[in-house]
Amino acid sequence: MFPANVSTLNTYNDLYPDWTQREVSTGTTIMAVEFEGGVVIGADSRTTTGAYIANRVTDKLTPIHERIFCCRSGSAADTQAIADAVTYQLGFHSIELDEAPLVQTAASLFREMCYRYREELMAGIIVAGWDPRRGGQVYTVPVGGMMTRQPVSVGGSGSSYIYGYVDSNYRAGMSKEECLKFTAEALALAMERDGSSGGVVRLAVISEQGVERQAILGNQLPKFSTV
Amino acid sequence: ISLLPLQYDLSASTFSPDGRVFQVEYAMKAVENSSTAIGIRCKDGVVFGVEKLVLSKLYEEGSNKRIFNIDRHVGMAVAGLLADARSLSEVSREEASNFRSNYGHDIPLKHLADRVAMYVHAYTLYSAVRPFGCSFILGSYDEDDGPQLYMVDPSGISHGYWGCAIGKAKQAAKTEIEKLQMKEMTCRELVKEVAKIIYIVHDEVKDKAFELELSWVGEVTKGRHELVPKDIKEEAEKYAKVSNCPSDENLDKVCPSSCYICP
Repeated sequence: MFPANVSTLNTYNDLYPDWTQREVSTGTTIMAVEFEGGVVIGADSRTTTGAYIANRVTDKLTPIHERIFCCRSGSAADTQAIADAVTYQLGFHSIELDEAPLVQTAASLFREMCYRYREELMAGIIVAGWDPRRGGQVYTVPVGGMMTRQPVSVGGSGSSYIYGYVDSNYRAGMSKEECLKFTAEALALAMERDGSSGGVVRLAVISEQGVERQAILGNQLPKFSTV
Repeated sequence: ISLLPLQYDLSASTFSPDGRVFQVEYAMKAVENSSTAIGIRCKDGVVFGVEKLVLSKLYEEGSNKRIFNIDRHVGMAVAGLLADARSLSEVSREEASNFRSNYGHDIPLKHLADRVAMYVHAYTLYSAVRPFGCSFILGSYDEDDGPQLYMVDPSGISHGYWGCAIGKAKQAAKTEIEKLQMKEMTCRELVKEVAKIIYIVHDEVKDKAFELELSWVGEVTKGRHELVPKDIKEEAEKYAKVSNCPSDENLDKVCPSSCYICP
């Protein structure tokens, strides 16, 4: 993580700026919500190396299969590597079975990898999608490698700031449009407060019909208090 | 066509001039020497019935079972060399267990049948090993796919079935199975018919005593493969015996005292 010729003490060193010494992280706020007939997933678009924003238009919503996505938070390298591996395994499995894979299977594959290599990895992943058997599902696989299904799940460094908002505003049985609005507002609030989250809000709706993606850019983000 | 196998039947890695692998065909003969096993798929489940020949009165009742549990929701009925069948049941169990460990849910039966069939097929490729001398029927039930039935033979081919029979009386059993309207029956009705078919195909002259093994998996067992409970089995056996009873008052046939049905 640190070059050899730099002191590991927390000293400011003009010779080497902060971002040469820091790992690339998707600081992040990610979120996924189940609704009748599918799921809505969302993420911010900021990737940081220390205080430098390495990518301000990142796509953290990664397709694993036709109707299964994952939202990535934690180390960018770790989550990309895991997502690539799971995409391969799931594709192979789907061809063997000759049917669309279950979202639960994808989540199990993520969990297997995140748990087995928990000491080496830093990855918080939300797996969400639609399959013909059980409809829209959201599974969360936080750091450490546990896996659980939840109707709504938030993750990443910005998620701490919006637990209250999510807990008080989530209702079961929301429509697709209500879920989109709920997700966009939650992400906007987190991006406002978390330094590692920002940029644009990327959203996707996954259902039987397929995947619809959209992005909400800076000036169109939901606005809250002007304080 | 070579009617005499000559030197083409010594190993599984040799074809005969007319394109046959004799070792695999001999393995299938081994299955035909064994007593019958049948599996039938109905509207809401799968029922297995096995005619287990008892060679000695000294054997403990219920020993050498021919129906195995592969996973909670999968059962296997076998015919042929029992030791080979036991080895394959272990292989099937490992496959099912590994699948659940990797993918987090029950193995679909078609996939399990394909995997075990692939394993059986591998033993037909080399001269260093012999093919497995057993066929087996796999059955399962789950809410999404419903009841499923697959049979694998020593050549490594698997087919899906509504009803199938393996073993010495498989032709007779197939004829009886074809008479059933299994797609409209429930497991409870089917259990009795399966018992009846086993009693019909049992050859009293050549093979004396036999034990009937019955198992089922379906909505009635909430998706778990289990041996049929004692009381339902007794009722099914009674139905089978009465249906096969040769004595018939209308036709003036008398109950023959040497009949094996009623003790």
